[in-house]
Amino acid sequence: MGLKMFEPGEDPGPSFAALLRRSHPGAMPLGGNPSAGFLGTKDVSERGLGLELPYRHGTTVAALRYVDGVVMSGDRRATEGNLIAHRAMEKVFPADRHSAVAIAGAAGPAIEMVKLFQTQLEHYEKVEGVSLSLEGKANQLGQMVREHLPMAMQGLVVVPLYAGYDLRRREGRIFTYDVTGGHFEEADHAATGSGGRDARTTIKLGWRPGLRREEAIELAVRSLYEAADEDSATGGPDVVRGIFPMVATVTVEGYTEVPQAEVAERFAALVEQRGLGRGRAGGSP
Amino acid sequence: MTMPFYVAPEQVMKDRAEYAQKGIARGRSLVATVYDQGILMVADNPSRSLHKVSEIYDRIAFAGVGKYNEFDQLRVAGVRHADTKGFAFSREDVDARSLANLYAQFLGQVFTHEMKPLEVEILVAELGEDQKPDQLYHVAYEGTITDEDRFAVLGGEAETISERFAASYEEGWGLERALRAAVNALAGPERTLGPEDLEVAVLARGNGRRAFRRISANELTELLSAPKRSTKSARASSDKAGSDGEASTEGS
Repeated sequence: MGLKMFEPGEDPGPSFAALLRRSHPGAMPLGGNPSAGFLGTKDVSERGLGLELPYRHGTTVAALRYVDGVVMSGDRRATEGNLIAHRAMEKVFPADRHSAVAIAGAAGPAIEMVKLFQTQLEHYEKVEGVSLSLEGKANQLGQMVREHLPMAMQGLVVVPLYAGYDLRRREGRIFTYDVTGGHFEEADHAATGSGGRDARTTIKLGWRPGLRREEAIELAVRSLYEAADEDSATGGPDVVRGIFPMVATVTVEGYTEVPQAEVAERFAALVEQRGLGRGRAGGSP
Repeated sequence: MTMPFYVAPEQVMKDRAEYAQKGIARGRSLVATVYDQGILMVADNPSRSLHKVSEIYDRIAFAGVGKYNEFDQLRVAGVRHADTKGFAFSREDVDARSLANLYAQFLGQVFTHEMKPLEVEILVAELGEDQKPDQLYHVAYEGTITDEDRFAVLGGEAETISERFAASYEEGWGLERALRAAVNALAGPERTLGPEDLEVAVLARGNGRRAFRRISANELTELLSAPKRSTKSARASSDKAGSDGEASTEGS
């Protein structure tokens, strides 16, 4: 089996189904006759890579500023339509030493984008001998999102959230994106993804200037709990399997993942508090 | 159009080699050595921004002597190669040996086919992992590649410095002792080199994924001015640290 090269116009993009259909149609299920199966080439090319084809979708991520920098968090669920495709997906990544990137949207291209972004930042640093400014890094990510726009138009939307510690300004900063690559600096907190609205509201109600690390982590955990409570695509704490949302901090010391044990403790405290209130948010009867 | 005179190929090669050697000899030298935590690279370089020692990849570093613009071009090509390979395959698939071979091919190609050979000598250092030893690949201006597992000296005065350094080399020594030996070897009997004349970097185990780290000016001053331990007690402690105490005599 040799390496197959595609002409630019023939490139199947990141869709494995399209790749398999073009290079090894015989390996395709459903008979392997492109014109016969309901996933036939003609059919798919007419529809584009639309929502009809199943792909994995990542959901809620949030970021907030605190006194030492920023806290970033994300749930672990990946969905494929109304199915749970993955229970332990990671959506928060270190972009480089002093920044983190979190993703919502089509998981495959999003992870590819993160990998490219990480490589880009490190490559720049090595070739130039200095790191990009935080603003410059945020711009770079914006360009990658913009280049992805054609895919987004076909349904494979990727919306990252970017946060880092600005070594020049000595503070944490948060950037949000839209599908066109436009990026906007947020004042204190941000959330995106299908449960982003609930997470954002929770953070908005609990945020105040000068949060300490523990308080910021508590708020991040609570926002994901509320998002999972309202949004079916957002995963809450999975006590049975011991899978908890990811929380990371970025400070002057760099990117650090909060240990899962500590996140589990926060959730346990939160669940107990909710239980006392018999499920009522706020905990009072 | 004039006909070029016939020049014997031997003469052409000899002239080119001489030209390259002269160019390299004009620059300052560099010592790289293994120590207990990894690889130490010490360059005689007063510049704070034009580096001779740099990071290529997670466990790979680059060092060059000779003409700055020429070895820097090689360094960037190396970073590009390594990043591309790591992105296309996996981070573990990037290795120093194949990179050193590419450098050797390129230098050899330029040496035989171009008007002017590159006036550089480079080193590709790789930190060992999972029982694999640390490796130093020394590539000369004409593409000759040699691999060392103890130390390498690059530059015009390589032979004298190498002799001096070999005399003080110890198996499994610590950063401070290795650094001091490297500085003394580079300086020779007539000169003294202070922290402001040196560029020092390490590839060290325990630095995380990216093993490369520059030793800052403050740290360097501290390391060089720390009270000198007597040779005897230092030797005793290095014997204690490594069980292969017998092997340490082999280097000196």
